[in-house]
Amino acid sequence: MDFALTEEQQMFRDMFRSFAQKEIAKVAEHADKTEQVPPELLSKAAEQGMLGALVPDNFGGAALDPISYALLMEEIGRACLSTAVVVACHTSLVTQAVLDFGSDAQKKYWLPMLASGQSIGAFALTEPDAGSDTHSLATRARRTDDGNVLNGVKTWVTNAGIAGVFLVVASSDPRANGRGLSAFLVEKDTPGLKVGQRDLTLGLRGASVHTVYLDNVHVPEANRLGAEGDGQAMVEHVLAHYRLALAAAGLGLGAAAVEAGVKFAAERIQFGGPIANKQAIQNYIADSSAQVEALRYLVYHTAWQAEQGSHLASGAMYAKLFAAQATRFVTDKMVQVHGGYGYIEDYPIARLYRNARSLDLLGGTGELMRVGIAINLFKSQQLEISP
Amino acid sequence: MDFTFAPEYVALRKMFREFAEEEVRPLAKTIDREHRVPHETLKKGAKIGLLGVPFPTKYGGMGAGETGYCIMMEEFGRVCTSTITNIGAHIGIGAMAIYLDGTEAQKNKYLTPLASGEKIAAFALTEPNAGSDAAAIRTRAVREGDSYFLDGSKIYITNGPIADIVSVFAVTDPSLGARGGVTAFIVETNWEGFKVGTLENKMGIRGSSTSELIFDNLRVPQENILGQTGLGFITAMKTLDLGRVSLGAGCLGGAQAALEAAMQWAKARNQFGASIAAKQSIQWMVADIACEIEALRSLVYRTAWMADSGQPFSREAAMCKLYGSEVASRTINKALQIHGSLGYSRDHPIERAWRDARISEIFEGTNEIQRTVIASELFKEIGVRVRS
Repeated sequence: MDFALTEEQQMFRDMFRSFAQKEIAKVAEHADKTEQVPPELLSKAAEQGMLGALVPDNFGGAALDPISYALLMEEIGRACLSTAVVVACHTSLVTQAVLDFGSDAQKKYWLPMLASGQSIGAFALTEPDAGSDTHSLATRARRTDDGNVLNGVKTWVTNAGIAGVFLVVASSDPRANGRGLSAFLVEKDTPGLKVGQRDLTLGLRGASVHTVYLDNVHVPEANRLGAEGDGQAMVEHVLAHYRLALAAAGLGLGAAAVEAGVKFAAERIQFGGPIANKQAIQNYIADSSAQVEALRYLVYHTAWQAEQGSHLASGAMYAKLFAAQATRFVTDKMVQVHGGYGYIEDYPIARLYRNARSLDLLGGTGELMRVGIAINLFKSQQLEISP
Repeated sequence: MDFTFAPEYVALRKMFREFAEEEVRPLAKTIDREHRVPHETLKKGAKIGLLGVPFPTKYGGMGAGETGYCIMMEEFGRVCTSTITNIGAHIGIGAMAIYLDGTEAQKNKYLTPLASGEKIAAFALTEPNAGSDAAAIRTRAVREGDSYFLDGSKIYITNGPIADIVSVFAVTDPSLGARGGVTAFIVETNWEGFKVGTLENKMGIRGSSTSELIFDNLRVPQENILGQTGLGFITAMKTLDLGRVSLGAGCLGGAQAALEAAMQWAKARNQFGASIAAKQSIQWMVADIACEIEALRSLVYRTAWMADSGQPFSREAAMCKLYGSEVASRTINKALQIHGSLGYSRDHPIERAWRDARISEIFEGTNEIQRTVIASELFKEIGVRVRS
C-alpha cells in the first residue's frame, strides 16, 4: 500500500491549486450572481491545458493520469463548483466519449478543438420523461442515405449555452424498446438545433443549463460516434467518469466548507470567547472533517482503480453517492457554525450549501446510485434485479 | 384528553387557508424574486384580523390565543415562508413583547394599532457581536432627566425597513449585565435618530425584509420603557418563548405542504415503466416525512395549549423550534429529492421552500441555543446547573 502522491502528481496539485485559488476562486461569487462562468476564465483554463486534461499530448492535451485529473477537479471544485461542472461535462462526458469511442479521423478532428477550448462540449441525454430511466429516451435518430436525422427535446443540457458541440444520445432503433441507442456529435450551428430556455437553478448558477430542441437535425455519417447501438454502453462509460469527476469536485467543495467553518469559529466571539471553544461547534467540525477525509480517499482510491484499468462504473457510483451525502452534511453543518452569517449571500458558505445540493441529482440521482450499487452486489448471488 | 380542535378553531383554519391560497400562494414566487411582501396583501390580511390573531379583542385582536396564532402560522407556512416571517416578527415578537409586559396605556397606544395592522412591529435584540450570546448586547440607553438616549446598532432585524414600532433592547446599567442591566423600550421609527441601515441579501425568505437598525442619540421618553427598568432580558426571553412555538407551527405547514407536493409528483412521474410512487426508496422517504410531521404537529399544538392554559412551556417552546426547524429542513430536502432535478429548478416552489427552510434552524435562537435551553431545564430538575 502506498497512499502518497507521486512527485509529478504533487506538482500538478500545487499548480492546479495555485491557478484555481488565483483565478477561479475570485470569480466564484460573480459566476453565481451573473449566472455564468466568465468566458475569459475558460480561456485562461484552456491556456493551462485544463480543458484538455485527458487528451494525449499529440492532440494538444495534458494527458493527465486519472489521479491527477481527480486532483484537478478537486482544486477547481474547492474554488467554484459551477466551473468544475462546466469542465467535468466538457472533459468526462464529451471528450472522454471521443477518446474511447471515436475513430482516428474523429479524434484527429475533435480532440485538438476540445483540448484547446476552441469548442466546449455539451451533453444531451436527459429528456422530460427520461431522467434516471435512459431506456425511455424518445429522441429519435432516423437513418438517411448519408447519415441520420434527429428529432426530440433534451432537458438539463449542461454547457448548452457555451458549447461548440453537443453529444446527443438518441434512439436509432425504436423497436428495441428504448435500447438501440446511438450517439452523435452535433455542431452548434447545425440547422434545426436550437438552444432553448435557460434553466435557472438553486445552486450551480454559473453552469449553463438549457433545454435543447432538435428539429429535423441532419447529422452526417462522419458525426456518429461509435457504432449504431453503442449509445447505451457509451452513456454508462462516460457517466462513470463524470460521476468520479463530480465526486472529486465535491471533495474540494467539502474541504473548502470545513476550512471556512474552522476560520469562522476561530474568529467569532460569543459568551466571552471564540465559539471554537464550544463542544457543539467542535462536534460539527470534527464530524464534517471526518466525512471529507473519508471522501478524499474514496475518490483517490477510485481514481487509482481507474488507473489500474479496473471497471469504473461501480466505484464511481460509490464515490458520487458518498460525495453527495458528505457535502450535503458538511455544508449544512458549516452553515450552522456560521449562524445568521451562514444565511446571507455575502459569505461563501451559503453558495457552497446551495451548490452541494446538486450533487445528489447531477449525473444520476442518489437513488439511482443505490440501485446500481445493489444490482452489482446482488450479481454475486446470481440474482438479477432491475431498478 | 381531547385532541380535537374546537369548532371555532376549525372555522379559523378554513378562513386562514382560503386567504393563504387565494391571496398569498399566487404571489409567493414574486415575493421571493422581488424581495417584498406586497403592502396590499398585508393590508387585506389586516382587514380580516390576521395581524392581531392571538391578542385579546379589547386591543383589536382576534382573541384566538397562541393556538389560533399557530393555526395561522401553519396555514401560511404552507404557501410562503417570507410572509410568515413578516407576520411572525410583527405579531409573534414585535407586538408580543408589548402585549406581555406593556402597561395598559402602552397597550392602548401601541398594541391596538399593531393588532389592527394599521402599524407594523419589529423586535430588535440581535447585534453584530450578540447573536446566540444575546446578553452581550452593547446598544446603550443613557438616562437624562425623564428621557433615555439610545446609541448603537442592531442587525438581522426582520421588518426593519417597514416597521413603525420597534421593541428595542438596550443596556441601561453595564455593571449589571443581562440580569438587571438591560431594559426594553418601545421606539417609534419616525423619531429623530432612528435609521434603517444595510438590507441583507439572504439565501431564502427573500421576501421578508431584513436590515440593520441604527440608533444615533435617539431620545425615548421614560413612559416608553417596556416592563421594568433592568428586566428587559426577561421580557425578551418570555417573548421569544411564544415566538418559538409559532415558528414550529410555520415549519409544520411548510413540511406538510412539501409532503403533499412530493406525493403528487411521485404519483405523476413515471420512470422504469411505472409511477415512482411504486418504488420503496420513494415510499420510505414519504413514510419518514409523514411520521416526523405527525410528531411535530402533536408537539406544537400541545405546547400552544400549555401556553394558552397558563402552564410553564419554555422547554417545550424550545423543542417546537428545534424539532420543527429540523423536521422542516429534513422533509423539504427529501421532498426536493423526490422531485429529482426538477426540484433544483428555480421555477419550482420546492426549490424556494428548500432555501426558505434553512433559516429556521438559525434565527430566533440557533438550534444550538435551543439544545442548551432544553438541557439546562432538564438538568435543573435534578439540581444541576449547566451553562452555555
